[in-house]
Amino acid sequence: MRAVFSKPSTIIVLLLLVVFTVSAASMAEANGGEISTSLIKTLGMTLCLCLAAVAMDVSWGYTGILSLGHFAFFGLGGYMIGMWIMYARTERIVVDSLANAPLPPTPQEIRDGIGTQIFGVVGESEIPFIWFGAHSLIIQLALVVLVPGLLALVFGWLAFRSRVTGVYLSILTQAMTLALALYLFQNDSGLRGNNGHAGLQNIPGFEDVPQSVVSVWFFVASAVALGLGYVLCAFVVSGKFGSVIKGIRDDEARVRFLGYQVTHYKLVVFVMTAIICSIAGALYYPQAGIINPAEIAPIASIYLAVWVAIGGRGRLYGASIGAAFVSLLSTWFTGGRVPDVDFGVFSIEWVNWWQVLLGVSFVLVTLFAPKGIGGLFDLIRLPAPRPPWRGEASKDAAE
Amino acid sequence: MSALLEVAGVSVSFDGFKAINDLSFEIAPAEMRAIIGPNGAGKTTIMDIVTGKTRPDEGRVLWGENNVSLLKLSEAEIARLGIGRKFQRPTVFEDQSVFDNLVMSLENPRGPIAALAYSLTGGDAARVREIADEIGLSKELPRKAGELSHGQKQWLEIGMLLAQDPQLLLVDEPAAGMTVGEREHTTRLLKDVAKTRSVIVVEHDMEFVRQLECRVTVLHEGAVLAEGSLDHVTNDERVIEVYLGRSGER
Ligand SMILES: Nc1ncnc2c1ncn2[C@@H]1O[C@H](COP(=O)(O)OP(=O)(O)OP(=O)(O)O)[C@@H](O)[C@H]1O
Ligand SMILES: [Mg+2]
Repeated sequence: MRAVFSKPSTIIVLLLLVVFTVSAASMAEANGGEISTSLIKTLGMTLCLCLAAVAMDVSWGYTGILSLGHFAFFGLGGYMIGMWIMYARTERIVVDSLANAPLPPTPQEIRDGIGTQIFGVVGESEIPFIWFGAHSLIIQLALVVLVPGLLALVFGWLAFRSRVTGVYLSILTQAMTLALALYLFQNDSGLRGNNGHAGLQNIPGFEDVPQSVVSVWFFVASAVALGLGYVLCAFVVSGKFGSVIKGIRDDEARVRFLGYQVTHYKLVVFVMTAIICSIAGALYYPQAGIINPAEIAPIASIYLAVWVAIGGRGRLYGASIGAAFVSLLSTWFTGGRVPDVDFGVFSIEWVNWWQVLLGVSFVLVTLFAPKGIGGLFDLIRLPAPRPPWRGEASKDAAE
Repeated sequence: MSALLEVAGVSVSFDGFKAINDLSFEIAPAEMRAIIGPNGAGKTTIMDIVTGKTRPDEGRVLWGENNVSLLKLSEAEIARLGIGRKFQRPTVFEDQSVFDNLVMSLENPRGPIAALAYSLTGGDAARVREIADEIGLSKELPRKAGELSHGQKQWLEIGMLLAQDPQLLLVDEPAAGMTVGEREHTTRLLKDVAKTRSVIVVEHDMEFVRQLECRVTVLHEGAVLAEGSLDHVTNDERVIEVYLGRSGER
């Protein structure tokens, strides 16, 4: 841990995060400030995306696992927390509506009511088995960690054990997220098909708290998660573990001949980053308010890689900058507030052309600035951390 | 005295081409052995087989007093048994410092959890400096391995081997691309190492092999052509024909 905090970039990132969070939160509508609730939500969601990008960077930038499926884990996190929000909220509604009935409702009646309410849209009324823990926040929070963790463990074990690497691994991860999305689109997936979960901004038990306040809670929670996730990732990529995973990225076979089980290291990285993405998703979707299978379409995971590439892979702050920069820019362009450019014959409508702009910048960054935005920071010279051999060397010199 | 490594009746073919053909040899503890042979003789392939990179079609590869078969073990497991390898092309982790390259190689628990929990001890730092001294890279410790000269990379790779503390070192063309002075340093280094460990050196350069003063195995078309002292093999008719004759023409 010492090594983590001796890195100037980690301390700077954490300080900036604290300053940003405190100032934005204090200027929020809820605290009598200027920043609208919707902007606070956008900022909070952006922080979650930054956290996912940091995890992606550990996987791709440091370990060389170009997973194009990490957004599936992000979405799963959203689904897991969404189940509790949907269930608990519906339960209250059902109980309230039955309150005036002549006889007090039986547990079975309540369950039936919840089932009809939640699954009516897909023509069902039974509560599927996978909702076994939906009544309990604790269980669903545990599932936020366990479900993506287990999926990543099984998938990673099969792929890494067979030494699937490079493009093949990327394609395999795309297939994974596509398969999951297609499954979730089905009405009998047990997760409401293409309707997904909605109304996630209404947190059960806090119906009376205005959204302006809830949004600040989630914004701060997202910032805390990003801070903790950043420190965890910075710890993982430093020290000997960091040396080994960077070695795997640069020459996997060599690492094996040093006696390291590459598969185990890749698994640790894959599962850990999947869980971080899932936690980020669990914080993101209550702010977005809605999750459906389209969220984990293959393109979403590709975007995650694009953010990391544009921000600069192999440096955690680069990944955060890339995610924040590109996703905020995308919100701006697709928000319809950017004036369209009219050439008479044809006009550039940014809502659509933004994708082209993003694609072109991705190509340009890959070709001409492989270090991404983060590379700009190389121009600033920070004092190097004290290397472990420095103390000894100066002693040698004194002898 | 039983052999440290026994290779017996090993054959391997790539797409029908027999790269190793019923090859057998033994290495004793603390023995230095040079393997020579023309290009494509199978020298690198035999190292691939011993280290688990290539699986032979036939034959046995046995290790240590208990005659453990290496054929079912993974590369990492074989390395952990005490077999270290230096590649033909120098392969060090160019993006990391010389210091980190050596720390990663040090004999320590290899699991992910152990690596996460690892913090540099005084003993390990001292050991790294000791090795750096041996390979003549003390001053280069903070530098990125990628910035080293070709010869220095070769030494760093030998240093990484030493850090693993193996019982057997497989060294593929250690002197390739070195200046005369660098070669001498490498010879001294290898002879020093061979005092306590077994070393197999693959080399083309006859003068370098002579300096090693060890038993020589000549490989040709995947089989042993001759074995013995350098003078013995260089006087062997067949060796002269397939190898020395050819290199004499150059
Ligand atoms: N993985 C492989 N697939 C196909 N053929 C291979 C493979 N590895 C080695 N060979 C072939 O096996 C033969 C022996 O190769 P090897 O690399 O062992 O030779 P070498 O003795 O090390 O030669 P050099 O002195 O050039 O390094 C060569 O003809 C080579 O082309
Ligand atoms: Mg070779």
